[in-house]
Amino acid sequence: MALLEVKDLRTSFQTEDGVVGAVNGVSFSIEKGQTLGIVGESGSGKSVTCLTIMGLNPKRTTISSGEALWKGKNLLTAKPSELRAIRGDEISMIFQDPMTSLNPVHSIGKQLIEAVQLHRDVSAKVARARAVELLKAVGIPRPEARIDDYPHQFSGGMRQRVMIAMALINDPDLLIADEPTTALDVTTQAQILTLMKRLQDEFGSAILIITHDLGVVAEIADDVLVMYAANVVEQADVHQLFGRPQHPYTWGLMGSLPRLETDVERLTQIPGQPPSLLRPPAGCRFHPRCPHVMEICKTTVPALVPTSKDPEHLQACHLDEETKDREGAKLLEATLAAEGAA
Amino acid sequence: MFRYLVRRVLWAILLFMVITFVTFVIFFMGPQDPARAQCGGDQASRSCLVLVTEKLGLNKPLYVQYGKFLNRLIIHQDLGTSYASGQKINQTIGQAVPITASLVIGGAILWMVIGLIVGVYSALRPRSLLDRTAMIFVLIGVSAHPIWIGLIFEYVFGVRLGWTPIANYANFFGAPAGSGLPGGPWQWFYHLILPWTTFAILFAALYVRMIRANVMETLNEDYVRTARAKGAPERQVLFSHVLRNALLPVVTMLGMDIGVALGGAIFTETVYQLHGLGWNLVAAIGANDFATVEGIVVFATIAILFLNLLVDIAYAWIDPRIRLT
Repeated sequence: MALLEVKDLRTSFQTEDGVVGAVNGVSFSIEKGQTLGIVGESGSGKSVTCLTIMGLNPKRTTISSGEALWKGKNLLTAKPSELRAIRGDEISMIFQDPMTSLNPVHSIGKQLIEAVQLHRDVSAKVARARAVELLKAVGIPRPEARIDDYPHQFSGGMRQRVMIAMALINDPDLLIADEPTTALDVTTQAQILTLMKRLQDEFGSAILIITHDLGVVAEIADDVLVMYAANVVEQADVHQLFGRPQHPYTWGLMGSLPRLETDVERLTQIPGQPPSLLRPPAGCRFHPRCPHVMEICKTTVPALVPTSKDPEHLQACHLDEETKDREGAKLLEATLAAEGAA
Repeated sequence: MFRYLVRRVLWAILLFMVITFVTFVIFFMGPQDPARAQCGGDQASRSCLVLVTEKLGLNKPLYVQYGKFLNRLIIHQDLGTSYASGQKINQTIGQAVPITASLVIGGAILWMVIGLIVGVYSALRPRSLLDRTAMIFVLIGVSAHPIWIGLIFEYVFGVRLGWTPIANYANFFGAPAGSGLPGGPWQWFYHLILPWTTFAILFAALYVRMIRANVMETLNEDYVRTARAKGAPERQVLFSHVLRNALLPVVTMLGMDIGVALGGAIFTETVYQLHGLGWNLVAAIGANDFATVEGIVVFATIAILFLNLLVDIAYAWIDPRIRLT
């Protein structure tokens, strides 16, 4: 049985302007020790997917449906007390902005100890020892001394390490990381990703990582979900996705990756803006920005179906497979050529 | 922490010097002549005026007079003598302070209790019936003048319903023997119910609104989501993570508002005939008794500086980011 199995998850928010469908039927599963990456632009519904699984959306304005089975138990219908018992113990979460995700008025030690004592009936002394151990594991120098410092005494990268320590302190089965490196500078990003990979081996946790950076996905993920405007547009294991990308949006994302090897004036970008989820476009939601748009794209929503060569590789596009393989290969060739030239 | 404290104390001393000097200059430059007041006003004889001017040192230059004033104030803790009544100003203030302190401290506790309970509850249930009712209360509270509220309360609760006294103060430690006045803790409390309420309404309204806004804002902070993601129950999230942060600016406001409220106490003391600092101030201004006015202003300055110092210390204690700067 999969650790987490999400089936047809839908979340919408009631706003003053109307109902916003933030997640529109997402399905995936994560096995023990695996890493799933969810990629997409801002507002594509990737964060909301995770917050829905965790039950952290504002209750009054959110409507969710579908299933999120955690070890067979549906988290969407679980009682608040059951959810609380799972949160921070079996599933824990790290957030995008380490500068604001730690409480400024408590020492990091207090916040780490709180995380332990919420789920384990241990003395403050034992919890503190555990906190020091974790701070050491995430590479904070002099953890015994720094544990009594406050968040403002740490740099952004160090705070993210503290967040990771806090997330791993109860040895969770699943770690949800919502853009863990976005707010950090590039060298720190690499350190944090390496740290997460190392700790995954050490702790054996599965990871669900949300990012808008395909580079991060290539680095860390086993499976990838590409989301666009609340829908999944492509879903495959990481080698398939990078080897045979099938969706024009995925191509766009790959084309906009900066490369050190090539000497281009500007990065290629996907033209236009993501659509408003209040009034999404008819048909394929990507069609207004798609360079391969056809008449059918404007009227009919493409289904998420397997490719003929790989039943695990799902994609939602009306283009015929031949064109898609050709375009994907072209993109890949260009990349390889660029690398060869360098 | 120590450097922070020293800096705060030095600031307080500097402020004290500036404020006393400005106050002194204002009364020095004022059109009233203390010598004339002591010699019987318009009928003052020339010889009396010369004598008193010499005796009070009024012919000396400004800095000498200010020096004498400071010397008297700091070395002897003496605010001087009223020109009008001849009473020691220290004694006047000594009698007035317990009354004003009872009113202001009790009122502040009342407005904080109302502000916290209603403000936090409104923030947790925005747009609920309680929230809407609270917002109407806020609108009335910030709009209505304390004198008007005081008169309405006196009429309704004191005169019509006969539940409470409508004026005067009862000493907490018992009335002077043989005076026939009410005294003791219960009478003290009973006499202060209406003044406290009148005094607190304006600030309770302001604080409900402020606390509500702060709590709502803090509820959206990332670290509150972190606390929930850790599995903390809502109570713990509220008390340990939300309130501590939401109340930081409230502590600052409280320090400043105690000073403002001291001014507001004038209205309440006037309506309820409480002979506190405010009432004495109004009486002294009416009697052209500027020595008393000056004494009360200086005393109030010291009190507010002291309270602000306390708030600064409390602030450093609750916000670790202040401690180290």
